[in-house]
Amino acid sequence: MADAIAPSSGLALATEGLGFVYPDGTRALEGVDLRIAAGEQVALIGQNGSGKSTLVRHFDGLLRATTGRVLVGGEPVGQRHVADLAHLVGIVFQNPDRQIFAGRVRAEVAFGPRNLGMQGGELDERVTAALQAVGLAGSEGVNPYDLGYSRRKLLGMASVLAMATPAVVLDEPTTGQDARGVARVREIVARLAAAGRTVVTISHDMTFVAEVFPRLVVMRAGRVILDGPPAEVFAEANWPTLATTYLDPPLAAREGTRLGLGATPSEASLIAALRARRAT
Amino acid sequence: MSLRLEGVSYRYAGSTATVLSEVDLVVERGEVVGLVGANEAGKTTLCLVAAGLAPATIGGRLQGTVHIDDLATAAARPFELAQRCGTLFQNPATQLSGTAPTVWEEIAFGPRNLALPLAEVVARVDEAVRLLAIGDLVRRDPARLSGGQAQLIALAGVLALQPAYLILDEPTSQLDPQGTRLVGDALAALAAHSNAGVLIVEHKTDLLAGLASRVAVIEAGRLVAAGPAADTLADERLPGWGVQPPSAVRLGRAAAAAGVSLG
Repeated sequence: MADAIAPSSGLALATEGLGFVYPDGTRALEGVDLRIAAGEQVALIGQNGSGKSTLVRHFDGLLRATTGRVLVGGEPVGQRHVADLAHLVGIVFQNPDRQIFAGRVRAEVAFGPRNLGMQGGELDERVTAALQAVGLAGSEGVNPYDLGYSRRKLLGMASVLAMATPAVVLDEPTTGQDARGVARVREIVARLAAAGRTVVTISHDMTFVAEVFPRLVVMRAGRVILDGPPAEVFAEANWPTLATTYLDPPLAAREGTRLGLGATPSEASLIAALRARRAT
Repeated sequence: MSLRLEGVSYRYAGSTATVLSEVDLVVERGEVVGLVGANEAGKTTLCLVAAGLAPATIGGRLQGTVHIDDLATAAARPFELAQRCGTLFQNPATQLSGTAPTVWEEIAFGPRNLALPLAEVVARVDEAVRLLAIGDLVRRDPARLSGGQAQLIALAGVLALQPAYLILDEPTSQLDPQGTRLVGDALAALAAHSNAGVLIVEHKTDLLAGLASRVAVIEAGRLVAAGPAADTLADERLPGWGVQPPSAVRLGRAAAAAGVSLG
């Protein structure tokens, strides 16, 4: 049985001195050096327009470096074809309506894996597993545009999961999701992590990234300004740097600092620190 | 002066499903009312009905009454609704006119259609641009904006209409934390200084906690809770309704469950 989240050895992603200038002259990235190990989970945070989406589009060849270079699986991307990179890196776009085009949910999810050469029973199983992973099993025959926005976003995620790429990029997966939808996204990231996939997620939700990702990369004006685990990025010493790009640490981090408990970026770490203090 | 839904039930045209059932909701001038609920609970439909677009523009069957001040929406004409109530749709792409060459002209599209004097149009657009801090976007092509930028421009176009009531369907869904704060500040200022009544659908309960005076919860087409924001957002049933409580409420609860104090 093909699992949509089958084990994988992941995929290393890297940029070296990456710079990118859009045709209209907008300088979107400058000197970005980033190394993401195979099987690592990383969240990219920063303001709208800081270069997060531009950066990830280099990993599947949708954009090509103006200066510096991009490595996927240790190999320079160079002019490798998008169709070639599609086997390696799957990107779930922020706006699902930019990727949905089929008339039925099942056909939408089958398109990607079929393009990668899959067919017959294996294709069917892959599609079924991907729909189950996002909670859309039973909606196979529905027109995607009869689903609400939040379920169309989950459909976009299923389409990429079905391709079983060793690296998955999620561009703002929690926007427009209710509490159950956010819980679903957390579960999908956890399953991808457990399966050894590389996951890169762009998000504006500081609580979500602090609780789900072991590594955060903060961008401002096309550059990486902070890179480390949540406890380090959201530590009090970095608050002035975060403020330069209008980011507030999550409430748990602010409370931990207020109570003199040190860096407690997540609810669980704050509660653990409070328990430890009570025990002493 | 208020926007009032009384005993409202609604079905879309061609559908037998009742999407809203016996909804009573009042938005007074000068207050911000939050609406929360799970996806597909009826939030967007409630927005369309409150704005009078359903059934006047898109059809469907309405029971009960909706009044915007003294105007009953069921029989109202589109221009009468447009003069009283501004609506921001969930997807900014459906909102933008698609005809304006620059962001500035896009924001001016609504006020120009109200046949206002040119100086007044300019003043309103500039004010909306200032409130949302989007001065560096005014010369851009509206078709070439990021999702978050398009959402701010669509909201600016509604603010420039200076309506008595604003109905906003997830206005910050694609915004970064700074954009979300700016929208919150702009809406609070509008309610306080322009006496506008605001109905806002939001998943970000942290934003509502600081902005709304009252919050209502919708579940499967019915309002299941409504009251002062602090009370509704601390209601223990929120997670069961698919709504994330504000961070402070969640932390407080986690601490209490662990037997530790945040004091």
